[in-house]
Formats: sequence, C-alpha cells, structure tokens
Amino acid sequence: MHDVSAFPLQIAGDPAPMVSFRKVTKSYGALTVLDELDLDVKAGEMVSIIGPSGSGKTTVLRMLMTLEEINGGVIYVDGQPLTHMQKNGTLVPASQKHLRNRRADIGMCFQHFNLFPHMTALENCMEGPVQVLGLPKKEARERSEELLEMVGMIGKKDQHPSRLSGGQQQRVAIARALAMRPKVMLFDEVTSALDPEVIGEVTNVIRKLVSEHNLTMLMVTHQMGFARDISDRICFFYGGKIEEQGPPAELFGNPKKERTQQFLSAVKEAV
Amino acid sequence: MFDWKWDFTWEILPRLVQATGNTLLAALIGYVIAVVLGLILALAQRTPYSALTLIVREMVEFIRSTPLILQIFFVFYVGPQFGVRLSPWTSGMIAIGLHYACYLSEVYRGGIESVPKGQWEAATALNMTVAQKYRRVIIPQAIPPALAGMGNYLVGIFKDTPMLSVIGVAELIHTANAIGSENYRFLEPYTMVGIIFLAISLPAAGMIRLFEGYVRRKLGL
Repeated sequence: MHDVSAFPLQIAGDPAPMVSFRKVTKSYGALTVLDELDLDVKAGEMVSIIGPSGSGKTTVLRMLMTLEEINGGVIYVDGQPLTHMQKNGTLVPASQKHLRNRRADIGMCFQHFNLFPHMTALENCMEGPVQVLGLPKKEARERSEELLEMVGMIGKKDQHPSRLSGGQQQRVAIARALAMRPKVMLFDEVTSALDPEVIGEVTNVIRKLVSEHNLTMLMVTHQMGFARDISDRICFFYGGKIEEQGPPAELFGNPKKERTQQFLSAVKEAV
Repeated sequence: MFDWKWDFTWEILPRLVQATGNTLLAALIGYVIAVVLGLILALAQRTPYSALTLIVREMVEFIRSTPLILQIFFVFYVGPQFGVRLSPWTSGMIAIGLHYACYLSEVYRGGIESVPKGQWEAATALNMTVAQKYRRVIIPQAIPPALAGMGNYLVGIFKDTPMLSVIGVAELIHTANAIGSENYRFLEPYTMVGIIFLAISLPAAGMIRLFEGYVRRKLGL
C-alpha cells in the first residue's frame, strides 16, 4: 500500500458523494489496470462505465465490492473510508471487521449471476437477510417475495437456478442483492452472458430501479443504447483512466476525445 | 467337496455374526472420526496462516505415505512409552480414523476447489463471514462431487478393519483366526469371513451411488 496519510479521514461536502475513488491504483504485477483513478458518484446517481476490454471497467466495481484489494489511494463510501480505517488520526488498511462493516452498503450483480445452485430463487433472496442481517425468517420471506414480485419472478420462487433461464436467473440475482437494502448497487455486465431475446427483461428491471428507487448505481455495460437511456452520466474508460465523461447526450452525441470517437464508431459498426 | 463341513459352519456362525457387529462398529466409528476430522484437516489447509497449512499438509502427506498397520502399532505399542496407554479399541479407532481423515481431507479439498470462484464472490457481496461462506455456500456444493470418493473410503475403511486384529480387537479376522486355531480348521471360518465382507461391501457400494443421486436431486444440482 502506498502512503495514504495525506488523504482525508472522511469525505466532506454537502451532500458528500456516495462513492469516491481518490487516486486509486490497481496493478497485477507490472500491469497497471487502474492508474490513480478519481471518481465521485453522487447519491442517487446512475453512472455507466463503458470502454474497450482491458480498460479497467470491471475492476472499478470489483474493488468497490472489496473483491479486489487496491494498491494505492482510498475508496470512500457514504463519506467514510471503505478500503481503509481510521487509527490514531490517520488512515491504515482496513481490517476484515471494518470491511464487513462498510461492505453492507454495497450490493452487486455479476455477469454470470452466481446464484447459489443448491437454493431456490426464494432461498437465494432470503439467505443474506436471514444469515447476515439476522432478520426473522418471516420478515426475510416477505421482503424477498416483494422483490421477486418486482422483478417478475414470484411465479418461479420455488425453482432452483438450474431450472431458470439466464434472464430469469439474473432477475433473481438482482432481487437477492436488493434484499440486503444496499445504498449502492453495482451491475457488472449483467446482460453480457444473456441470449439477445432475454436482455430486455433484465434491462427493464434496471430501468424500473432507476425510475422508482433512489439507489446509487454503477453499471459496466456494452449496451450503449441502454446506458444512454438510463444513465445520468457516462464514463468512458481507456487504459485504466477515465478518458472522457459527461451526460449521455453529450458523450454519445458529441464526444470530445479522439479515443472516445473511435470507440463509439467501432461499437456503432458492430451493431 | 474340499471337505467342507456344514455342521461346523453353522456352529461357528453365531461367533462370526457377533464379530461382524464389532467390525461394522469399528468401521462406523472410524468413519465418523475420519469424516469430521478430514473436514477439519481440509479447512485447516485453507486458512491464511501458512505455517498451519504447511504443518497440516506435511502431516497428511506423511500419514498417506506410510502403512496403516504401522500407525496402528505406533499408537498402541509406542504410545505407552510416552505415557499414553490406550485400549486396543481406542488405539485402533484413533489410528484408522486419523488415517482415513487424511485421505478424506483430499477428497474434501477436491470438492471445495470444484466450487466456482463466482460463488465465493457472491457470498462476499452478501457480506457473509468466512464461516457463513463455508457453511451455507461452499460446503453444500463441495459435498456432492466428494460423495463418490467418500463412499469409496467408507468401503475402504470397512475392508481395512481386519488390521485391527493385530492389536487384538475382536473383529472378523481376529475371531476367524481364533476359531481356526481352536479347531484346526481354517477353510470354513475364512471362507465365511470373505462371504460376509462381500455381502456387505457390494450392496454398500450400490447404496452409496443411490444416495449420491438423491443428494444431488435434493440440492437441485
């Protein structure tokens, strides 16, 4: 870990950003995946991350979910440091206990759903609330059924994942993450492993979340049209940095940087 | 035919049946020890403490590379030199339980490693503790692929119980030996022992396969 003594103990501001990356660096050996990334996401904001493969998009989400350790900088969630904790008035790398405390604010959906195959759809959703949050089973069941209803999966609540299509599994996975009542939701290429005809059922659920809930969301996606429709802001990643960012209309309609233009025209050709 | 004596066979049968009870009991106790201890050994090799991992791994390798009979002798005959005086049964159960725990730990390890990385990540995303991850997510998925191996070792431990005869545990071989030397007839007792082992091992293997299928269906895998 690099020296983080110069970093603020907490992020101020009114309101403080829900997520802040401050000079966050991630490397695998000699390969730098993220290079001193600075990124703020406001509460309730929907930010989509686009870019060529290997640009560090997914790594941003994985670090925020604490699935990857960072090599430098600090990540803050809701004003408080996530990757670090305060000790004697300075920041030191987070302990497992601290991570468990802070991670409760974050939920994530994965490209390959990662539902628990030995549990039904309902059991998948109840698992976190019962085991981790300590909710009574009845309450967890009500909460889970409500969410399965919302994602249109209540009719299949007693099915195991192996009996569900990819789109159905992903909708259950979204319900499972929401059942933990996170403040920040992360969507990591949630439609990339889906057959084209079922992508809509998953994007519709995310649309609904955006319009009806005040969640802070970060989404890595290859669905440019979808990102343009629902995002408050688009970040175009290139080589471990944010090459360009802005409102969807601006970034898609009038990209300033040459690399953004190249990427967008390459994507357009592919469609 | 071979001078087989049926009346002698019927006469010794009750003693052999009683010894079968001891053999099954020994196999069962040994297996329970092995199943529980094996899991502990498998998990101990996955802790972040590299010294513990190394010690456990070396111990498993050592026990797997030396004969069970040596381990039985060691616990029973060498133990007393260090002030550990155990009955034949206790010594036998410790030795056989530990021996098979080492084999089972490898079976568990294979099962645990077969669980996809995404399952660990999903469990982290739900903010589970390490213990919750193992208990609720990983082990339930690691057991079904391990069941075939676990079943093989159940039959294996059953067939290895005759080793306990060397320290005087009254299981089947020990009893057959006794009957043989009392009567100067070995054909009937040894043949019967073989038939008894076969009559238990074969259906057991079949039942294990049925059980494996049942568990997989039950878990929706």
